[in-house]
Amino acid sequence: MPEPMGFFTDTTVCIGCKACEVACKEWNQLPAANGGIGELSGDSYDNTRKLDGIHWRHVRFIEQFKGPYDGRWLMMSDVCKHCVQAGCLEVCPTGAIIRTEFDTVVIQSDVCNGCRACIAACPFGVIDVNPVSGTAQKCTLCYDRLKVGLEPACSKACPTDSIQFGSITELRTRAHKRVDQLKAQGVKAELAKSATFSAASAAVLGVLALVGLRKRRMDEQSRGGGGAGNV
Amino acid sequence: MSDSFFSGAPHWTWFIILYFFVGGIAGGASLLAAILDWFGGTEDRPVVRTGYNVAAVGAIVSGALLTIDLGRPLRFWHMIFQSANFPAVMFKGWSPISFGAWGLLLFGLFAVLAALGGMAEEGRLHNPALRAVGGAVRGGLAKLVGGLAGLLGVFIAGYTGVLLSVTNRPIWADSPWLGALFIASGMSTGAAALILLAPRRGATEQSLARLSAFDTKALAVELLVLVLFLASLGSVNRVWIGFWGLVLLVGVVGLGILAPLRLHLQRRPLASAAKLVLLGGFLLRLATIFVSEGIEHYRVTAGM
Repeated sequence: MPEPMGFFTDTTVCIGCKACEVACKEWNQLPAANGGIGELSGDSYDNTRKLDGIHWRHVRFIEQFKGPYDGRWLMMSDVCKHCVQAGCLEVCPTGAIIRTEFDTVVIQSDVCNGCRACIAACPFGVIDVNPVSGTAQKCTLCYDRLKVGLEPACSKACPTDSIQFGSITELRTRAHKRVDQLKAQGVKAELAKSATFSAASAAVLGVLALVGLRKRRMDEQSRGGGGAGNV
Repeated sequence: MSDSFFSGAPHWTWFIILYFFVGGIAGGASLLAAILDWFGGTEDRPVVRTGYNVAAVGAIVSGALLTIDLGRPLRFWHMIFQSANFPAVMFKGWSPISFGAWGLLLFGLFAVLAALGGMAEEGRLHNPALRAVGGAVRGGLAKLVGGLAGLLGVFIAGYTGVLLSVTNRPIWADSPWLGALFIASGMSTGAAALILLAPRRGATEQSLARLSAFDTKALAVELLVLVLFLASLGSVNRVWIGFWGLVLLVGVVGLGILAPLRLHLQRRPLASAAKLVLLGGFLLRLATIFVSEGIEHYRVTAGM
């Protein structure tokens, strides 16, 4: 019995090259959108925009811009999560969606009749209809490649190892290590720096407030009034 | 924000809206026919026969609408049998769409049998085979078949709402009241359809008055459940701000519930009230489906 397999996506090293999207489309022979005629989204550098029946991999561009020269991109390659409790699999009335020996969730295109219940059941907006087949489709975690011992096309093509393929147990260990590495590289240091700055700012503000208060009292004394505190 | 905003729309549009509407009418008419069949008098027979006919035609039309809506219509039978292991049965008791496919099949079977029994009673069957089947459905068997058609009718009217509630889509998944709302609407539209159609089959004034009284109550329940449905949505209600909210308020509540309620209570001509109820029932399905279908998850995730 093969081990449960999956992806570990490290968004910190994704550069948004979309090689995974292209590799996925090429291997799975997915049709071009809009009949191959280039269609720009018009409001983003990301023109594929979402996961659907002909985009089983999608690099999401999270564009945080305050102005034309002040902003940043966050890149995140998204894909089916092959859920442990998969809503799509549970709701499918034809039995087209199955769990494989690799613990992945696969839609059998020759069984699916396109009722689209799985689309509404998926909490991640992963599944949609492939207009060519008329059936619901999504990532199969390259079931055909796994069967012959190959890794999925997207992780094979990823130039920065943002997408890593392996057994779930191994990937979990790898992910924990990566989090520790990131923290050591600066997240904790940043936190310490931020906390120090905050404490220093508070101290400075406190001193300034005390100085201000002292000055007011001295002014009141010099006017000879004498406040409630002066007995 | 509800996490249902990040899911994808299933593209359930016109065929499904029509199915929800027709299925609701068929289910409501079937239940009313069964109740009058079991507990009514001989003066109610025209309404009973009309009810079973509406149920039978509605079930057939529903099946056709659902089949046309599939991405691969010729694979409609995959809902009933395991395609790779025919004739093993395909049934998932925990999936409303699988349960619904079987429910519609059985509803159609019993509704058609009950309708044939009614037509045989009137002597309207000329085909020998149909006459034999219709003739067999009489007495206790007719009551049993009609009762099952009535009970399955309630299921058909309501499971569609439950089916929407167990998705992960905005509005639908954010309230547990859609099933109850669709049952109430199915009952009111079923009664309205009978008020319009039964007089042609010789329905008595007494029967029509009963239907009108039932429709009044069903509309009151529908209004109450609609209020509960909207109250349960909480902050998700902001989705209604726009065209579909207007349709719900003016079309469903105003024209489809309050106006016919007033007409029923004033004992005005029944047909006008019935037509308004049918319009309201259709608009309810239309607004409920399209208000959610219009939300595209990639726009939500992009914050647009």
